[in-house]
Amino acid sequence: MSEPKVTDQEEQRLEAQTDEGAQVMTPVRGEVLGGGVLWPETDDTMILNMGPQHPSTHGVLRIMLELDGETIVRSKPVIGYLHTGMEKTGEELTYVQGGTNVTRMDYLSPLSNELVYSMAVERLLDIEVPPRAVWMRMLLVELNRMASHLLWQATNGLDLGATSMMVYGWRDRELTLRFLEKITGLRMNHNFIRPGGLAADLPDNWREDLDEICVTVEHGVREYADLLAQNPIWLERLVGVGQLTTEEAIARGITGPILRSTGFPWDLRKAQPYLAYDEVDFDVICGENGDCYDRYMVRLNEILESVKIVRQCADRMPAGDYRIQDRKVTPPPRARIDESMEALIHHFKLFTEGFRVPPGETYVPIESPRGEIGCYLVSDGTGKPVRLHIRGPSFYNLQALEPMVRGALVADAVAIVSSVDPILGEADR
Amino acid sequence: MPLDQLPHNFLTARLEDLVQWARERSVFPATFGLACCAIELMATGAAHYDLARYGMEVFRASPRQADLMIVAGRVSQKMAPVLRQVHDQMVDPKWVISMGVCASTGGMFNNYALVQGVDQVVPVDVYVPGCPPGPETLFHGILTLHHQIRTGDLLARRERSGAGAGIQVGQRDGTPSHVQPIPVRRKSA
Amino acid sequence: MADDTADGAAAAAEPPTDEIAAAVVDRFPGSVAVDSHGQPVVYVDPGVWHDVAAFLRDDQRFTQCVDVSAVDHLVDAARAEIPGVTLERFEVVANFLSHPRNRRLRTICELGDEAPTVASLTDLYPGLNFAEREVYDMFGITFEGHPDLARILMPDDWIGYPLRKDDAPARIPVVFKDDPAPR
Repeated sequence: MSEPKVTDQEEQRLEAQTDEGAQVMTPVRGEVLGGGVLWPETDDTMILNMGPQHPSTHGVLRIMLELDGETIVRSKPVIGYLHTGMEKTGEELTYVQGGTNVTRMDYLSPLSNELVYSMAVERLLDIEVPPRAVWMRMLLVELNRMASHLLWQATNGLDLGATSMMVYGWRDRELTLRFLEKITGLRMNHNFIRPGGLAADLPDNWREDLDEICVTVEHGVREYADLLAQNPIWLERLVGVGQLTTEEAIARGITGPILRSTGFPWDLRKAQPYLAYDEVDFDVICGENGDCYDRYMVRLNEILESVKIVRQCADRMPAGDYRIQDRKVTPPPRARIDESMEALIHHFKLFTEGFRVPPGETYVPIESPRGEIGCYLVSDGTGKPVRLHIRGPSFYNLQALEPMVRGALVADAVAIVSSVDPILGEADR
Repeated sequence: MPLDQLPHNFLTARLEDLVQWARERSVFPATFGLACCAIELMATGAAHYDLARYGMEVFRASPRQADLMIVAGRVSQKMAPVLRQVHDQMVDPKWVISMGVCASTGGMFNNYALVQGVDQVVPVDVYVPGCPPGPETLFHGILTLHHQIRTGDLLARRERSGAGAGIQVGQRDGTPSHVQPIPVRRKSA
Repeated sequence: MADDTADGAAAAAEPPTDEIAAAVVDRFPGSVAVDSHGQPVVYVDPGVWHDVAAFLRDDQRFTQCVDVSAVDHLVDAARAEIPGVTLERFEVVANFLSHPRNRRLRTICELGDEAPTVASLTDLYPGLNFAEREVYDMFGITFEGHPDLARILMPDDWIGYPLRKDDAPARIPVVFKDDPAPR
C-alpha cells in the first residue's frame, strides 16, 4: 500500500475545506488534489461515520472519516453528544454544592475536578488549607490517577483486541476503587475534596490497605508490561501509529500524556507545583516519537510514579486538621450538631445558603490524568459563581485526532482514538 | 442424571414458560454507555463482578443483535434522536434498563441540555437508582428484569401502569410494537 | 460586599508588578494590567485582541494559549471596578502559557451587548478552534477569521445561546407522582 503524501498545499486546502459545516461531511467528488495522486479522477472518496454509539469511541464521540480506500484522508470529530449544561448548572449551585457538579465532568478522575474547583474557590477566598488536607488531597488525587490510567490500560487493551488486558486492568482498578469507597463513601463522583479541605478524615487501617494497593498495582504493572510491552502484535498495532510532533501538539493546545509522549517533559506537578508536589520525589515520564506506543508507555510508567507519590504521602502524612477551621466555610463537627442548636443552624445555613465569596476572578490549572485541567471562576460577591468554566483537557486533546489519523488506516483510527483517552463528559461538560 | 436413565426420555412444559425461560437466560445487552454509569456498567461486566454469571457478558455493538438496552448515563438533547434510532433498530422483544438518576429523571442536571428522563424517548422497564449505581445495584436491576421476563407480566405491567411517560412506542410504520404482535394469518375454513 | 469592591479597586490601582504585563501595557497603550489573586491579568481593547496575542506569541514566547472562554456579567450583584477599563456585558478571557519561560498571563477584553465580535486567534493558536466555537455556541460571540464557526456542543438547529444570563436554564418543574401540581 502506498503511503499518501500530504503536501503543505493540500494541507491548507484540507484545513480550509470546512464550509460544509462542522457536523456535516460530504465526499470530494472526482477531484485531484494539488499533489496529484491522492484520489483517482473518476473515483469518489467514501465517508465513514464512527459513533456516537460505537464501542471503541470511549463514550459518545462521533468521528466522520473521509476514506480513500482504507486510508483516512480527512477526519472531523463531532462532540456535544454528552453536553450536560454543567457550566449553567454550576451557576445555579452554591459554592458548597459546586463540587457535586464538577466531579461528574471527568468521571474517571473525579477527584482532580474537585481539587481544581476547590483550589479556585480557595484562591478567591484567600484561604490556605491545613497540611494534612494538602497531603490527603495529594494522596487521593494520585490514587485516582492510578485508577484512571489502569482503566485506560484496560480499555486500550479491549479496543485493540487484548481482552485479557481489559480483565487485568479492571481487577486492579477495583482494588483502588474499593479503597476510595472506604474513604469517601462512593466508588465514583466522590465530592470529597471540598472548598476548605476534605469532607472527612482517613479511615482506620488506611495504611495497611494502601500498602496492599501499592504492592498489587506495582506487581500488576510489571505483569502488563510482560504481557504487552514487547508483544509483536501489540508493537505492530502501536509503533509509529498516530505520530504527533511536539510543535503540533503545543500549537493545538495538547497537554498531559500526549504532549509528554512527543518528548516534551511538561508536567504541571513539576513545572508549576501545587499542593506539596515540590516536596515529593517523582519523575516526569516522557516518550520520544509521540506515537500510540509512547502514549501507552507513558501512561504505564505514570502508574508507577503515582505509586511512588502515594507511598511518600503515606509516609509523610502529617497529623492535624483535615479541613480549615474557619467557621465561614467549614461546617461544625457532627457531634456538635447533636448537642448545640447554634451548631445545627450553622450547619443548615452553610448547606442551604452556602458562603459568600468576594468578587473577583481566577484561573487555577492542575495536572489531571489527561492533562491540564483548569478552573476559571468568576464571583460577584454572592453565594453562587457568575461563571464556572472548566478547561477540560479532553476537549483540547480531541483536536489532536485530526493530524494523527490523517494518512492512517481505519483500523489505526481505533488505536489512535483510544490512545487520546478522551473523556467525553469532560469534553462536552 | 444421564439421559438414558430417565424413565421417559421427554419432558413436558408449557411453551410459554419455555420461551420465557429461554429469553430470561439469553439477554444480549447493547453497548449504550454514555457517561459515568457506563464505567460502572463496564465494571459490572469485568473481572470482579462478572456479568457472565447471568449469561449477559456479551455486549453487542450492533443493536440488531441485542435485545436489552442499558441506558447508562445522561441523555442530552443531541443524543436523544440517536438513542431512539438505536432502540428502533433493536429486534422485538426488547427491554430497556434506565441506569442511574440522570437517565431516569435528569438527575441533578435540571437544565436546557438534558432530556429529563429517558422514558420520554423510549419505554423503560427497570429504573436503577444511584449516581452512579454500583454494580450490585445494577445486578439488582438486571435480576428484576429477569424476573419480569420470566413471569411474563412485563408487558402487562407496562400497559396497566401506563409507564414510559404515556408515550406509545411504534416501529417506523407507527404500529406500537408491544401492543400488537405480528398477526398470524389463519387459513379460513 | 462594598468592602470587597473597594479592596479590588485598591489592588488594581497599584502599578503592575509583572514585567510581561508591563510590556503589554507599554506596547498597547490603553491596556490595563492588574494583579488578580497573584496572577497577571491585562485588560485589552477588543481592537488589539489579535495583536496582543501575536505580540505574546512572537515576542514574549507564549507558546500555548491554553483556554479561551467568556463571561456574561448581565446580572452581577457586584463587580470590581478597574480604573481605566469600561466594563461591558461580555468578557472574553484568554489564558496564555509560556513553556520556555514557565509563565502564565491572562488577557481579557470587554464586549458590548450588541453583536459582540472579536478577532479569532486560531491562526496563531490552532488549538483554539474548538474553544472559540464553544464560546460562539454558548454566548453568541462571533470570532472574525475563524475557519469554521459553527455550533459545537448544541445541535446545529438549536436556538439561543445557553450560557447567556438572559437565556433561561429551561428548568423543568419537578413533578412527583400523585402530586396535584408542579412545585
